[in-house]
Amino acid sequence: MFKQTFNITATNLRSVFSRKGTSSVIVVGIGGVVAVLVGMLAMSEGIRSALKDTSHPDRVLVMRSGTQDEITGWLSATEVNVLKGMEGIRTVSGELVVVVDLVTRGTGKPGVAIARGVEASAFGLRPGLRLVAGRFFQPGKDELLVGVNASGTFADLAVGSELSFRDKLWEVVGHFDAEGQAHDSEVWMDLPIAQAAFRRNGVVSTARAFLDTDTDGATVRERIRQEPRLRADLVSERDFYAQQSQAKTGMVESLAYVIAGIMGLGAVVAAINTMYSSVSTRSVEIGTLRSLGFSNVPVVVSVMVEALLLALVGGVLGCAVVYLLYDGLTSSTLNVGSMSQVGFEFAVTPPLLLVGLRCALFLGAIGGLLPALRAARKPVIAALRAG
Amino acid sequence: MSELIRCTSVCKDYVRGSERVRVLRNVDMSVEDGTFVALMGPSGSGKTTLLNLMSGLDTPTSGEVEVDGLRLDSTSAGALARWRAQSVGFVFQFYNLLPVLTAQRNVELPLLLTDLPRSERKKNAAMALDIVGLGDRGSHKPGELSGGQQQRVAIARALVSDPRLLVCDEPTGDLDRETADEILELLGTLHRELGKTIVMVTHDPKAAKHATFTLHMDKGKLVAPADHADAAPQRARTVA
Repeated sequence: MFKQTFNITATNLRSVFSRKGTSSVIVVGIGGVVAVLVGMLAMSEGIRSALKDTSHPDRVLVMRSGTQDEITGWLSATEVNVLKGMEGIRTVSGELVVVVDLVTRGTGKPGVAIARGVEASAFGLRPGLRLVAGRFFQPGKDELLVGVNASGTFADLAVGSELSFRDKLWEVVGHFDAEGQAHDSEVWMDLPIAQAAFRRNGVVSTARAFLDTDTDGATVRERIRQEPRLRADLVSERDFYAQQSQAKTGMVESLAYVIAGIMGLGAVVAAINTMYSSVSTRSVEIGTLRSLGFSNVPVVVSVMVEALLLALVGGVLGCAVVYLLYDGLTSSTLNVGSMSQVGFEFAVTPPLLLVGLRCALFLGAIGGLLPALRAARKPVIAALRAG
Repeated sequence: MSELIRCTSVCKDYVRGSERVRVLRNVDMSVEDGTFVALMGPSGSGKTTLLNLMSGLDTPTSGEVEVDGLRLDSTSAGALARWRAQSVGFVFQFYNLLPVLTAQRNVELPLLLTDLPRSERKKNAAMALDIVGLGDRGSHKPGELSGGQQQRVAIARALVSDPRLLVCDEPTGDLDRETADEILELLGTLHRELGKTIVMVTHDPKAAKHATFTLHMDKGKLVAPADHADAAPQRARTVA
């Protein structure tokens, strides 16, 4: 049986080249589905990666109880000072997070960026952050330090440029790279200047801090709850960004599967049609083999193998196109929580390529099954007459 | 000579839409081992259907078809496929060669169903091609051969597993007169020298003359034409 199957399958595959036109329908159709699916998942992966990379295992956020994101939170200067004196916490940075209206580069359309007012300790809290152009802003001056993604997304953020918002003229003095973190999409400024400009005197949105190495988060969280001068919760950066990325990537991934599902339906119909056509074209061939004594199983297997191989070729092509065009491509998307742009790099990872190939094989299997069964069930006489 | 094929009260119906069409009506006949039988008749007379029943490609609606002691009408599809592989060689009107395979590989196809090692398969296929006079064309694909040569390859494929019975459905229907005569000569040689039993469906009276007996069919029944010189032997080999 194995010999029969192998020989019929090999014969069938040889004839695929003489049916290039119909065969390419499966390749292109399934390749398109895989490209869209992997492309959108790569986007989701990129966003997840950007947000995940922002977290540090020992870094925590202290936020107003009940708030879900930085932009809606607030802590008073007193609360920040209490935190600075609390046992188990070091290097506290109170940060004001607001949004600023900017102009999107290229389209000229309005866009929104996150602006972060920070203290000097903010840089100590983010050891990976480095200056790539210009200099750091000087305390007390209307100067901006711009993340590399923000400088690419928005106009007028080149070092030395001046721009106006909140009734002030700001000078861009430097660009920083936070190693792919969400901060790369932000514009930073001196905290007191930001508080004055955005009329939030004495208030910050959140506080960031390192935990002492011999202290665990649960202990400090409990300490914060017990402190009557604080109405805040402690959350690890890892948990905070996991929650942020889940909301964002969940939507993208759902959309990816819905679109791929719709396209996949079309590709399966095309694959079924193509394989029916293939089986029909080879009807006399199949009838002849069966009249010679070949059984149905090798016929079914040969049709299935053809469908799966064509689907695999489509899958590989789809993956290759997405990898070559999109892997590492920098883009940005709207963060619904803050209504600001988040920069990210498309990440076409090996697991995503495997998802794409599995999807291609799944579509090929569905597309090949019905035609294969029809080829096997058709009476030999009817198959021979089809010529 | 012993009896190789026996059909008893064979009927075959086909359903076309809502209509049931009776193609064979109580056919009784037998074919002795080692004979060359031509099956003639007008289109739609049921000769190809009868050939299909004798070769195990189809089963009767009623009646018995027995070949070499095996009741084909009550044999499972899988067993019939195995029996065909061992006992029947097929020659079709349009050759039915696989276009992507060389002549040698086409002839080897039936041997893939045996336990023969590859070297033996190649040797036997080459021998079969020699018998049909195409020993030097084994590496050619069907598209590189003439119609007559393709039919010779098909005959070699039918011969290669050394079956007792060759069934030929209009084997010369797609060939010019001269080539058709060559093919019929070849079939005659296989019958005379290798002792093959051949049942050949044909419209062509000249082709039928190469056979040792001719059976005539009309409207699903075997008939005895008055104007055929071989009417007596035909009747002698049909069961009344």
